Amino acid sequence: MTDELLRVYTVYMNNHSWITLSQSDPRALYLQVIEQIQRRVAVGDLLPGTELPSIRQLAADLSVSVITIKRAYLELEREGTITTRQGKGSVVSDQPGLQSSIAQRELDEHLNQAAQLGALLGLSKTEMQRRITEAYEKSHRKPK
Amino acid sequence: MSTALNQPHQTTAAASLRGIAKSYKHFRLNNIDLEIEPGTVNGLIGPNGAGKSTIMRIMMGLVTPDQGTVSVLGQPISSREASAKQDIGFFSDDMRLYKSESLAFHMQFVRSLYPNWDEDYAQQLLARFGLIAQQKIKGLSHGQRVKALLLLILARRPRLLILDEPTNGLDPVAKQEVLSELMQIVTDETRTILYSSHNTQDVEQICDTITFIDRGRMIASSNRDEFLDGWRRFKLQAPQSWQAPAIEGLRPESTFGNLRVMTLDRYQAEVEGRLQSSGATLESSEAMTLEEIFVAAVLRGREEKQQ
Repeated sequence: MTDELLRVYTVYMNNHSWITLSQSDPRALYLQVIEQIQRRVAVGDLLPGTELPSIRQLAADLSVSVITIKRAYLELEREGTITTRQGKGSVVSDQPGLQSSIAQRELDEHLNQAAQLGALLGLSKTEMQRRITEAYEKSHRKPK
Repeated sequence: MSTALNQPHQTTAAASLRGIAKSYKHFRLNNIDLEIEPGTVNGLIGPNGAGKSTIMRIMMGLVTPDQGTVSVLGQPISSREASAKQDIGFFSDDMRLYKSESLAFHMQFVRSLYPNWDEDYAQQLLARFGLIAQQKIKGLSHGQRVKALLLLILARRPRLLILDEPTNGLDPVAKQEVLSELMQIVTDETRTILYSSHNTQDVEQICDTITFIDRGRMIASSNRDEFLDGWRRFKLQAPQSWQAPAIEGLRPESTFGNLRVMTLDRYQAEVEGRLQSSGATLESSEAMTLEEIFVAAVLRGREEKQQ
């Protein structure tokens, strides 16, 4: 990354407008941090190799506790979104296919939720398959 | 006795209280054990009159405990001279400023007493808190007065901040300014904050550890996430004859017909399965907010004391 890009990027990170934490969101704050970093990685706003702010800096920028950010980073590291090097901070992981694997996982989560909702409504397997096919066709239909 | 008080116990903690007790005519503080690690923000939550201020005053050496030892920044508090308190910043709402003098006068005054005074930082704080140095103290609003007091403490760059209800009575904007400034301080991992409040939301937002105090006793103290992950509320459908399974820490909260609401303070993943197989239908398993946990913990603590 060139110096100029890095500078632009640092300002961007310090503005931290890319992470918004909500008290009305029932999910824990660290989960909100994880989800938003994953999303920025998935859509390519945070590229592999990009440095993340230090734990204490991000905690200060967002005015949340250090353990909130520590836990989010640990979890992101465990599932491979970021890599932490001793004394050098955290960067977005360099693995090829990382973005698609995050998107894949997100898809799996949505499918699991849909399956659970289906079970709650008492839908059969065939009915669920029909509904998924329908949704698929709807989003692939060519505009007239 | 006094020699015991003068001997600090060995600790790497920024502050440490062991076996502290103090009796007053109508109030008794009992068995207070508190370890505060460097670089952390620690919340002391309790209803009014729970003993939060007394604990802080003991840490500052303003109140002498009847029992126990106190060590602050590696030194016994009872033998501390005023000069040894250079590294501690104490905030309390009842602190008085000279009403007819300006904030600038107070800044100059504190600066003359504390060699660590950081004038650049003081100027930054003036701007960030929206304060005017030339303004007389008597013209300040409550929020401005709180921020002025905090400025006078923070600009000394103390290593340990002991703040008694610093966000009490602040409007939402002033409160965010203060919380955000506190978080800036712990970007330096050698600085430590202990702060009391009866507002659980402020504490939940910035604290790493939380201690609940009620009626002079410590009810619970742990890492904030252990509180949030450890507590659960269950709603169960169960016949009148149903016996709750023997799960440690599981307590009934209310019953409405066949609906039973129960809380648990030691949640583990297999608990839902055990509840299901006990002959009840699990309607929901919910995480609790810190406020709900606080209330449940206080009520449990009071129940246990009566038994």
